[in-house]
Amino acid sequence: MQNPVVKTTLDNGLTIFLKEIHTAPIISHWVWYRIGSRYETPGKTGISHWVEHMQFKGTHRFPGSKMDQLISREGGIWNAFTHLDWTTYFETMPADKINVAMELEADRMFNSVFDQKEVDSERTVILSEKEGKENEPILRLNTAVVAASFENHPYKHEVIGTTEDLNRINRDDLYQHYRRYYHPGNAHITMAGDFDSHIMIDKLNSLYADKPARDLKPQFIQPEEIIKSKKEILISGPGDTCFVQIAYRAPAANHPDFSAYTILDSLLSGPASLNMFGGGGTTNKTSRLYKSLVEKDLAISIYGGLQATMDPFIYELTITIHPEQKPETVIKALDQEVDRIINRRIRRPVIERAIKQARALFAYGFENITNQAFWLGYSEMFANYEWFTTYLNRLEAIKPADIRYVAEKYLNPENRVVGIYIPTKEPIGETA
Amino acid sequence: MMEINWKHLPGEDTINRTVLPNGITVLCSENFNSPSVVISGYLQTGSQLDPPNKYGLALFTSYGLMNGTINRRFQRIYSDLESAGASFGFGASVQTTGFGGRALVEDLDLLLNTLSDCLQWPVFPPRQFRRLKAQFLTGLQMRQQDTADQASMKFDEILFKDHPYGIPEDGYFETVLNITRNDLSRFHKQTYSPHGMVICIVGAIHAAQATELVYKILGGWKNPEYVNPPEIPSIPVITEPVRVHLPIPGKVQVDLIMGNYGPSRTSEDFLAASLANNILGQFGMMGRIGSAVREKSGLAYHASTSLNAWTQGGSWEISAGLHPNNVEKAISIIKQEVSSFVNSGVTEEELADAKANYIGWLPLSVESNNGVASAIIKMERFQLGFNYLREYPQRIERFSQQDIQQVAKKYLDPESMVIISAGPPLTGESS
Repeated sequence: MQNPVVKTTLDNGLTIFLKEIHTAPIISHWVWYRIGSRYETPGKTGISHWVEHMQFKGTHRFPGSKMDQLISREGGIWNAFTHLDWTTYFETMPADKINVAMELEADRMFNSVFDQKEVDSERTVILSEKEGKENEPILRLNTAVVAASFENHPYKHEVIGTTEDLNRINRDDLYQHYRRYYHPGNAHITMAGDFDSHIMIDKLNSLYADKPARDLKPQFIQPEEIIKSKKEILISGPGDTCFVQIAYRAPAANHPDFSAYTILDSLLSGPASLNMFGGGGTTNKTSRLYKSLVEKDLAISIYGGLQATMDPFIYELTITIHPEQKPETVIKALDQEVDRIINRRIRRPVIERAIKQARALFAYGFENITNQAFWLGYSEMFANYEWFTTYLNRLEAIKPADIRYVAEKYLNPENRVVGIYIPTKEPIGETA
Repeated sequence: MMEINWKHLPGEDTINRTVLPNGITVLCSENFNSPSVVISGYLQTGSQLDPPNKYGLALFTSYGLMNGTINRRFQRIYSDLESAGASFGFGASVQTTGFGGRALVEDLDLLLNTLSDCLQWPVFPPRQFRRLKAQFLTGLQMRQQDTADQASMKFDEILFKDHPYGIPEDGYFETVLNITRNDLSRFHKQTYSPHGMVICIVGAIHAAQATELVYKILGGWKNPEYVNPPEIPSIPVITEPVRVHLPIPGKVQVDLIMGNYGPSRTSEDFLAASLANNILGQFGMMGRIGSAVREKSGLAYHASTSLNAWTQGGSWEISAGLHPNNVEKAISIIKQEVSSFVNSGVTEEELADAKANYIGWLPLSVESNNGVASAIIKMERFQLGFNYLREYPQRIERFSQQDIQQVAKKYLDPESMVIISAGPPLTGESS
């Protein structure tokens, strides 16, 4: 479980993390870029995600259909994700086939084609992806709540972008974005699995060492430490079910308050796993908000969401309102529960329970090699790998007073966004 | 780096199988790489036993098992699990009621005691019953607004008309409204039994120790009232094409599902159909369908195929998410692709790629305890033999291009497909 991690940085700035795990003949290989919606400007929202799509359209050496074929015919899995702070590409392959993935990623860091026809076709694909999200009431509500949670910070924009920007962005915009952010100095490669680290470092050197470093001036983005005032958003749409989403400010992942916030989240809405693969969590039926909202027949369900980000983001509570209740009643009960956290004594065993839960969720993540390679890079995107390895130690250092302090500082009703989805309850028909 | 060692895969020498005197089959596989353990399994009861005015009863009963027992209240059951960072739950499908959970290995007895207590001594407390019913009904109201769920449900209803496969396991709003607490108690009493139950344990525990623990905790369970469920009836076949659009006001995107019948999981056609399905709508970026609908036409973010195989039959489906203007165009493209697939077959390269994909994927599919448990359960349930995964490469390699075309021709017919769409009213050329 505690396999050592080899870290090295090439002269051009490419940072490499390798973790040998010899339990199964598998290797997971990830390339991380520090580019996501955090770096986007109004008018160009969604450009990072679109570039990610274009990275599957091919280079001269690996045309798009060829890329698919090379990975899939070896039984590999591959995908990419664009998020707030980062974009990442991964392949998990049978160990003896990993060279294909390494060569493909090295090639598309520099040589993607961005053909005009492919750009046009992908525009409609992304608009379709966006329309799919807009079919979902909770996703619509979330978009509005996140936007209202920031004045100017780019986290307010949807990662997928606005429809207007997606219709405006052209091939040159995409290519310039690609050239600016895709280079060794802005990338991390992380690998976990059945390999010899010396052989991997030689291979990565041969693929990347002769590529030039490029100067990428750091962009200063003003963090927004608080939600300045109370806001309420009402949106309506089809359905019979009312949803409420409440957003409070959450600190950046490397802020000292983050660990206590994690335990606060666990107490309020149940333990959450940050694992992207092979995690799996537990239920939240003994969390305080489940007991005070669901068990009191005020809500059907309640979930919390805390993300590890570079700048302060939001802590979300998403509630499905009981059909016989009003959202205001539920929000009032929620506020009372938060007051109880702040004003009443929290006992040490409650914290120890949250730590045991976190330890179990961590252990589940270690079953999976893909998840271990993921963590090597993910933690570097908002802090460093040590953040991950010392995570449980930091939780163990949390005292009851830290939790009360964080609850009082961040969960203030005057500094939050309340979003309410009001169903229009229209009937549904059928045509043949 | 090393060549794939097929001995890494679960097989006869690593899967320990024991049948307890009360009929429970215990399957164990050891993995000491992580200090965790999963359990997974099923009982021989499911939604095929739901009375028509109470569709959803089997699933509702399975969810109610953890709402309280003679020995422990709801909060105690969940407090024990959640305090340990463990998870556990039940669910029901047409023929079986399944369960699954995971924990640190030190808490395996907690999982097994929870399983045993909830299976043998549930009381379905009235207050919890009312809450669960409200949750269930809200879930069904949300389902009515979900374009993919609506299209899929209608597709099954038409393809498997008057058959258990055509009825959603979670029933309908009106039928769930009819379900009472007594229904749950009765259903549990009459249909839950150790007879034919299977439990699989994978993780950091010796097989003998795990088996002994199951025997200790569940070995004494009996249910003399249990009656074996009936055989699943054969599927009435429809051959005429069907086209239905379900308008759901206020939505932006249309979900489309179209397809025909597929082979059963135990059919000799299954593996060939599965390879054919991979080529048609899964390989790489969703195979030929993905290439035609997404890559070449830019009409959809997702467009792929799936083969759903059960014991008595199955379906072979193509699905896509589309702008309402593009629905008819996409249907036409998909029909052309299926037609060419059936009439011209697959290329040598496509088949070689699909075979390599299936064989290469094996080690990845069993890298986690859950993956191993799921593979073992399938081998047991469908009587595939415990060396199925190790023999898989040879099984796959024997298929020819003709085999793939033959199976595609047998099951796929673009002119007799059931085609369902759900979403905003259709516009443009679709109106």
